[in-house]
Amino acid sequence: MRHVRIDGESHRVWERGQGEGLGLLAGMGGLGHWTPFLERLSQERRVVVPSLPGFPGGGAGHHKLDDLVDWISVTLDLLEGAGLAGADLVGHGPGGLLAAEIAALSRGMVGKLVLIAPFGLFDPSEPVADCFARRASEIPSLFCTHPEAFERDLACPPGDDEVEWQLTRLRASEAAARLLWPIGDLGLRKRLHRIVSPTLLLWGSEDRVVPASYAKRFADAMGQRPGIHSVEGAGHRVDLDAPEAAADAILSFLRTPA
Amino acid sequence: MKILWFHLMPYTDLPDDFKQKHPSVWVDIDSRLFDPAKAHRMYNDFMDELEFAAESGFDGVCVNEHHQNGYGLMPSPNLIAASLARRTTHAAIVVMGNSLALYNPPIRVAEEFAMLDCISGGRLVAGFPVGTPMDTCYAYGINPSQLRERYHEAHDLIMKSWQSPDPFVWNGRFTQLRYVNLWPRPIQKPHPPIWIPGGGSVETWRWCAELDYVYAYLSYFGYQAGQATMNGFWEEMRRLGKDRNPFRAGFLQFVGVAESREEALDLYREPAEYFYNRCLHVDARFAAPPGYTSEATIRSKVVSQVLQAASRATDARAFGAPSFEEIVSKGYVIVGSPDEVAQQLREVAVSLNVGQLMLLLQFGNMGRELTFYNTQLFAKRVMPQLGALFEDEWENRWWPKPLVAPALARPREIAH
Repeated sequence: MRHVRIDGESHRVWERGQGEGLGLLAGMGGLGHWTPFLERLSQERRVVVPSLPGFPGGGAGHHKLDDLVDWISVTLDLLEGAGLAGADLVGHGPGGLLAAEIAALSRGMVGKLVLIAPFGLFDPSEPVADCFARRASEIPSLFCTHPEAFERDLACPPGDDEVEWQLTRLRASEAAARLLWPIGDLGLRKRLHRIVSPTLLLWGSEDRVVPASYAKRFADAMGQRPGIHSVEGAGHRVDLDAPEAAADAILSFLRTPA
Repeated sequence: MKILWFHLMPYTDLPDDFKQKHPSVWVDIDSRLFDPAKAHRMYNDFMDELEFAAESGFDGVCVNEHHQNGYGLMPSPNLIAASLARRTTHAAIVVMGNSLALYNPPIRVAEEFAMLDCISGGRLVAGFPVGTPMDTCYAYGINPSQLRERYHEAHDLIMKSWQSPDPFVWNGRFTQLRYVNLWPRPIQKPHPPIWIPGGGSVETWRWCAELDYVYAYLSYFGYQAGQATMNGFWEEMRRLGKDRNPFRAGFLQFVGVAESREEALDLYREPAEYFYNRCLHVDARFAAPPGYTSEATIRSKVVSQVLQAASRATDARAFGAPSFEEIVSKGYVIVGSPDEVAQQLREVAVSLNVGQLMLLLQFGNMGRELTFYNTQLFAKRVMPQLGALFEDEWENRWWPKPLVAPALARPREIAH
């Protein structure tokens, strides 16, 4: 593990595996520990996971970010600092929104692009779920078709302080809200056509947060014809519901010559 | 002490099965339950009640702001306050208040409050709430993670706009204005008294102490539950070297008075049950948008077992369904004969050390006649027993300083 310092804040960067770098911007809740999904990816690629502001390992710099430009700027700093300029990039949920923005606005920054159930579009006829108006008991089944996988992922990492871990999780929710409130549409549709990176859209077929039908909305707004892969039976946290199937679909896409 | 009459303006015709059939009184309340013709009567009754309270001798009348809320029909309390400014003569007009982060640009609040102060002849108390999660984050879409930053910036801008004699440029994080030059400006100098309605956050207490504002704890759960919060407030004042001037603090209390305790229990059961079971039926989904409560406050609550227990109890109350017996025994509503109510309120004021006592004498579906009865009996038989409290010992530096005759205008009589 190493750290990148941006504007006085320390951002954790996990790195594991051999070969060409593959960046990953985590989804809702961020990452408290190295997951089986990451492990699978790291069997073929050197997986590099920088933590976004406010998410676990990402400090508390989200409070300095007032709008999308601020988020894009810090994400660029983070990718460059982690040695990911020009590397392939996976982004999930809010991390998917930022990965798409970076690929659209800074074409040289991203090799191949994988968007896992990204936020960024909003169609009132089939709304993205409000993740921020939920009873705690509803959250696991909102994000996962295997709620027990979600519960396991939420558990305090061994050796960490339980109270601090609860605060870390709350901070991650706040960071996501800071970026996405109220509905997560920050104008990405107007920029999607600029993405030239070969792109895979990966979705859990049972996503209750960003419905799987959004894959088509993203594809329609892009200038290219991206690949679309549905992971059958998985929810929004496809990395928890189907870690192997999700990782294999991504690795297969990355292996294919552009 | 000051005794103020507070109206929430609840919709009084929510159905009997509201709680069973509807998830929430707030944010996504079923709009088909709203009958504008009935609301016409309600608004006019409510405004009559506020005017009657002022006429009966209450020191102030209070209104507040809620959005998409079945128990608070005042998205704009300033509209009601404008009418009160014309239809009352002596009472303080206490707007409790405008949720600063909801106004764009926030000088709108400075302008409207200045108008109210001018129209009323300097009787305005300016309340600056952050606002509940339901009002601000869900109904008005303000980012919960930015709400307090926006609130504080808006506050600074408003205060400067009231006091700067010259036009100035505002280059804030959230608001940029090339020309800030307030017109009209408030009568009260340097500005109307500022009251801050708040929960139990230490940061808010410190902020009120630093800026010399009134802290008003507007709980619906009475003096027993409020004791811990007010103890915390006064302990923090002591720590900061501030005096125990009771006029630094406001507190909200429901009251139902009648000739006898039996009569009071009989009269106020239905409106109390209506309020606590229908009006407070708020969906827990809307209780805690991420970032609304600062990490420092959460941390202090996690660390302090006492506050943690208190906050759990508050949550349970907020979303439970208390019986009338509980409502009375826990002191959510003080009911009784005039002497009993006076004695209890004296204890409340002394034990919480609160000099600005805000009373809800209309609550739930209480009709106009009962509200008038409650108000009149309180004014005649309770108020005289309380008014002198604290007055000899402490100066109320947080009370409006209105114009006096002959500077005061008199609205003309309306010929019908």
